[in-house]
Amino acid sequence: MSALKIKKGSSRHSAYDLRDPNGELIERHTLAVLVENEPGVLARVIGLFSGRGYNIESLTVAEVDHSGHLSRITIVTTGTPAVIEQIKAQLGRIVPVHDVHDLTVEGRPVERELALLKVSGTGEKRVEALRLADIFRANVVDSTLGSFVFEITGTSEKIDAFADLMRPLGLEETARTGVAALSRGAD
Amino acid sequence: MTRQMTGAKMVIQALKDQGVDVVFGYPGGAVLPIYDEIFQQNDIRHVLVRHEQGAVHAAEGYARSTGKPGVCLVTSGPGATNAVTGLTDALMDSIPIIVLTGQVPTFMIGNDAFQEADTVGITRPCTKHNWLVRETSKLSETIHQAFHVATQGRPGPVLVDIPKDVQFASASYTPPGKSRTSHYAPRMKGDIDAITKLVEMMEKAERPVFYTGGGVINSGPAASQLLRELVGATGFPITSTLMGLGAYPASGEQWLGMLGMHGLYEANLAMHGCDLMINIGARFDDRITGRLDSFSPGSKKVHIDIDPSSINKVIHVDVPIIGDVGHVLEDILKVWKSRGRKTNSAAVGKWWSKIEEWKKVNCLAFEQKGKTILPQYALSRLEELTKKHDRYICTEVGQHQMWAAQYLGFEDPNRWMTSGGLGTMGYGFPASVGVQMAHPDALVINVAGEASWLMNMQEMGTAVQYRLPVKQFILNNERLGMVRQWQELLHGERYSQSWSEALPDFVKLAEAFGAKGILCKDPADLDDAIMEMINHDGPVIFDCLVEKHENCFPMIPSGEPHNKMLLGSASTKDAIGASGAVMV
Ligand SMILES: Cc1ncc(C[n+]2csc(CCOP(=O)(O)OP(=O)(O)O)c2C)c(N)n1
Ligand SMILES: [Mg+2]
Repeated sequence: MSALKIKKGSSRHSAYDLRDPNGELIERHTLAVLVENEPGVLARVIGLFSGRGYNIESLTVAEVDHSGHLSRITIVTTGTPAVIEQIKAQLGRIVPVHDVHDLTVEGRPVERELALLKVSGTGEKRVEALRLADIFRANVVDSTLGSFVFEITGTSEKIDAFADLMRPLGLEETARTGVAALSRGAD
Repeated sequence: MTRQMTGAKMVIQALKDQGVDVVFGYPGGAVLPIYDEIFQQNDIRHVLVRHEQGAVHAAEGYARSTGKPGVCLVTSGPGATNAVTGLTDALMDSIPIIVLTGQVPTFMIGNDAFQEADTVGITRPCTKHNWLVRETSKLSETIHQAFHVATQGRPGPVLVDIPKDVQFASASYTPPGKSRTSHYAPRMKGDIDAITKLVEMMEKAERPVFYTGGGVINSGPAASQLLRELVGATGFPITSTLMGLGAYPASGEQWLGMLGMHGLYEANLAMHGCDLMINIGARFDDRITGRLDSFSPGSKKVHIDIDPSSINKVIHVDVPIIGDVGHVLEDILKVWKSRGRKTNSAAVGKWWSKIEEWKKVNCLAFEQKGKTILPQYALSRLEELTKKHDRYICTEVGQHQMWAAQYLGFEDPNRWMTSGGLGTMGYGFPASVGVQMAHPDALVINVAGEASWLMNMQEMGTAVQYRLPVKQFILNNERLGMVRQWQELLHGERYSQSWSEALPDFVKLAEAFGAKGILCKDPADLDDAIMEMINHDGPVIFDCLVEKHENCFPMIPSGEPHNKMLLGSASTKDAIGASGAVMV
């Protein structure tokens, strides 16, 4: 994400605020979208992003309220402030969407991702991998004589950093869940 | 008391309970149970179109001319895919329609069954919402929700896909009042602080202009009434998009005419030079704004729209007001009156003198001389000879559409049906069928180009079968005129594929369908021929041969600002730069 010029808090605006439409700053926002859990709802959200040319950096979805038939889609997206406002308004138009929260605007959200990384190697490299995993508080969830599977949770940046370190040590495969996020404090 | 019935019966019951009196459709295997129910009742009329695209445009025409939602019924697979253009058209122009499609039985979905198509998948991006109903017990409620979603907030098309086994199975029927109310409830009232801000701006404005759009029509007749009151009371000039024509009467004193790419000189210059732009139910479409970075550079902009995603989408506005146009106009009037009905009348008077100067350019002037009918002349005569009638106008897409918008006057809302956002050739004829179904005694005219008209000409069969006296007024230039005009201005007069070759003899074509055909090519005969068309009790194809290479002016070349308008042929040389040429 280092390539992105993220200006923190610069879009603490609603559609009612005035803003310079020519501001070209690209921001990264985490959106929580509460949707009716009906067939096709994810396709609607994804179709909106592809059809209108918006970016998706990460997307996770799962039912969060079984009796209320509600699912929560967490989307990490990037764009100019005007584009981010459009994305939120367009999401709000989708009929089964109940609520769109811009967690980035509401305050620095708690963001976590889980990843599984398979690292294979022997000797020095294997020891080093295990040592680094300890520093990153990654757990070993599977091991053979020639490989480990590490489980790590944290921000996307932490997982990126861990994966970068594992690469020369024999990283073979990575599976990531995408970001889950909540706002801080009481609602 | 709950009533048990089959899914097919439920469809009819739900339509009746929603007040539907006519359905435009075409049968097929996957909707046979519903057609069987249609056969056994008399409350709902079914109009058998000749192509499913025609059914959807007819439903659009019905909806636009009545303010009620239009309804279509088509079969699975090809029936559904043929409806896609109409759905997209209705989405772009915010027209409430409900399309019911048959689907292969639930246990065959996904197996590439005969006439299976992923209808909800295909139509997801071209509907406001759609549903695949997998259980009969959910069917009636889903149909009621479909009507709710199509008509509430910004209207639009919806689709309900009904597998054949769901039509056969029985369950209990849920009437509209007992249906689960959808959480979908768009905001109607505008923010009163924003409205007060607008009123303050109106009180001070020196060069104000109302810029209105289809949202005023969609909001209902009361909104047009309130708009007239507000415009009259403030004395501000008013212009409208193609979609908004009729909300304010063309004969009204403050009317500047349509704005945009082929809008009037005075309307576009007022937009360019204003200091307060009040957008009511329009969406800053690219046909309106022209070049964005020089769009109305000196104005504060206010935008009233029911759809929050329209705000700041293309043009950054100073005061957004989210709400229904009718509700917001009512509040504007209240606040403005309560603050003493103030305007800066001295400055506004000066603004009007400026506008009067622009009007003197007389940008729509033309000279009918010689033996060939000019399209502008044909429409001026049509206007003169039909304006006193209870009249509805549809159009196809092309030069004739823009001339119709320029030379015909609309006094009331819901009288003008045209494909604005999508620009769908083939829209007008089936739309006129839908309008005439809703208004059997009215004079319904489709102003057409010969090329567009051929795209859905099969609906002649429908018009004749149902004795719909629709008048097809074809401005026949034997060209894909609008394409040819762009090729003349942009592509060095290389007229690639823009000739209408091998045209039918339209009079014989009409007769072959059992209708009346009229050919007119001499300006001297035009009035009599138009009167003959009006007085004929039945469908008419009027083949009006017009000047072949006439261009439609004024024109703002794409990529240019409002004040770079072309007024006539003399000003067109090298008018469009390379950057404009890439735009559509
Ligand atoms: C379905 C469809 N295909 C293509 C076009 C592109 N197009 C716009 S206007 C036009 C020519 C229309 O010719 P005609 O109906 O004769 O009207 P005229 O411009 O000559 O008045 C074409 C091909 C379109 N708008 N719709
Ligand atoms: Mg033509």
